[in-house]
Amino acid sequence: MVNVQPIPGPAHAEDRALEADHPTSKVAMFTGDQPLPLDCGIDLAPFQIAYQTYGELNAGKSNAVLVCHALTGDQHVANVHPVTGKPGWWITLVGPGKPLDTDRYFIICSNVIGGCMGSTGPASTNPVTGKVWGLDFPVITIPDMVRAQAMLIDRLGIDTLFAVVGGSMGGMQVLQWCAAYPQRVFSALPIACSTRHSAQNIAFHELGRQAVMADPDWRDGRYVEQGTHPHRGLGVARMAAHITYLSDAALHRKFGRRMQDRELPTFSFDADFQVESYLRHQGSSFVERFDANSYLYLTRAMDYFDIAADHDGVLAAAFRGTRTRFCVVSFTSDWLFPTSESRATVHALNASGARVSFAEIETDRGHDAFLLDVPEFFDIARAFLESAGHSRGLTADE
Amino acid sequence: MSEMSAPQPALPLADSVPPRKRYRRKGRYRSDHLLLAEMIEPNSKVLDVGCGDGDLLQLLETRGVDGRGIELSREGVNHCVAKGLAVVQGDADTDLVNYPDDAFDYVILSQTLQATRQPKAVLENLLRIGSRAIVSFPNFGHWKMRLQLLIGGHMPRTDNLPATWYDTPNIHFCTIKDFVQLCDEINVRMERAVALDLYGRPLRFNAPWWFWNMFGEQGVFLLSRAEKIR
Repeated sequence: MVNVQPIPGPAHAEDRALEADHPTSKVAMFTGDQPLPLDCGIDLAPFQIAYQTYGELNAGKSNAVLVCHALTGDQHVANVHPVTGKPGWWITLVGPGKPLDTDRYFIICSNVIGGCMGSTGPASTNPVTGKVWGLDFPVITIPDMVRAQAMLIDRLGIDTLFAVVGGSMGGMQVLQWCAAYPQRVFSALPIACSTRHSAQNIAFHELGRQAVMADPDWRDGRYVEQGTHPHRGLGVARMAAHITYLSDAALHRKFGRRMQDRELPTFSFDADFQVESYLRHQGSSFVERFDANSYLYLTRAMDYFDIAADHDGVLAAAFRGTRTRFCVVSFTSDWLFPTSESRATVHALNASGARVSFAEIETDRGHDAFLLDVPEFFDIARAFLESAGHSRGLTADE
Repeated sequence: MSEMSAPQPALPLADSVPPRKRYRRKGRYRSDHLLLAEMIEPNSKVLDVGCGDGDLLQLLETRGVDGRGIELSREGVNHCVAKGLAVVQGDADTDLVNYPDDAFDYVILSQTLQATRQPKAVLENLLRIGSRAIVSFPNFGHWKMRLQLLIGGHMPRTDNLPATWYDTPNIHFCTIKDFVQLCDEINVRMERAVALDLYGRPLRFNAPWWFWNMFGEQGVFLLSRAEKIR
């Protein structure tokens, strides 16, 4: 028989399951009298939001920055991840002396509603049944995520955020914040994102969801009760998605056609090529920390995102009269959220009279560039935040 | 979330986009910028197309102007953002069409017209987006230019336009006379016209056109729509 190498099962399944209800984070509980009104018409209550903070809130509460995480990110921006033990996902940008300087700003990042790292989502326990929500969890949207974040910000006693920052799905949340709560956002840094999810992106998400649901271990979403986990389906979904985060040039530069620990092809379906081995690693490390149903819900939320549709098809109307300062950033080799999408956002912001800057950063590293060490991007982010801080009256010693 | 590649060096960030060499400065500002700024009413809304390092926008903002910019070069955008200016990376030829009608009181095109692919279309867009446009450009009718072509027999090069014919970004040179003709053709009203000498100082006001066309190193025009051009 030809040698095959399936994606191994998750090693940290128990840790992950624990994080869903009892996260290694601060938790804001919202009881029955404070429901989260969802776009699908359901009031979600009770629910909880898991979040991390870095730095100190100043006396005037004027230095709060909300970081919005991407599809498979979480609240652990700049600390060691409780499940994987890896460093925070944005330590390139967030930390002492970094563009999002934890010595100057009070940085908040919360797990999105529908996530699996402690905010209420399909991996959480449904208080009514005492069982994991699974597919009984209502379908959520990007505006729902932002509504929940606004409730958290209220809870923290913060009126106006100095900045809302995020890339990809995080960038969608940034734009949604600016459309829904313009008076609460002093400056906005939406990175590698769009005001609507493109047909191609919806198509890739559908591919990922179908891969999860085709795994017999998915069990119609009731895998937790039945003691399985669709790690192969979720792994494949992640592998496909991961290709969209990179670029042809980056893959070629990193891997080319090089072989993995061998000189000659094995004439099997083993991972002969380095790029295969790399993708399998991406798939298997992902399933260790992520819940399959949560992946379905969050990809769906991105698919539904379309700010213009909520404003009679006129994107500029969503930002009319805004006083928020915007800095939109895109990357040349990003084909998932290409520069044309960012330009469309910028044109709408210009048309609505917003104060907007826009920079396209030259890199061959694709969509993932926003998470990587790309100094030119950091320069822009730092410059934008510093000048906004100056206007906000934030000084270095605050 | 890959950590697959080694850190990638950023494009070198020039300390500044080199200024045109000879400009006289009054304090921290270029004299031609001060002239442009003086044409603009306080508290108006201004778009600077091809805003470079953002020096002019910064000057305008000290005068209460709500300024925006478009700049082609990434380094220029970086410098502008660092100064707290609202500047978008973009191209005058392709991006002006996306701005709505009457979005600005003034649209400035400083030393950029000659580098656009379609100067006429750009000019029309300027006056669609703004109630007024301020356009400055190097005058190819200047005596030094004429002399180089006439006597030297080669494409003119000056301190302010040092590029050779094969690497210049300036593909649509014109003279002050040519520009005036274009304005007539597309029904644009000239509210003010100033010719500047080699040092960016205005030539005397009462000079005739031929004098400006001969001795003006650049022309600066405050334009408005003669009537509805749409």
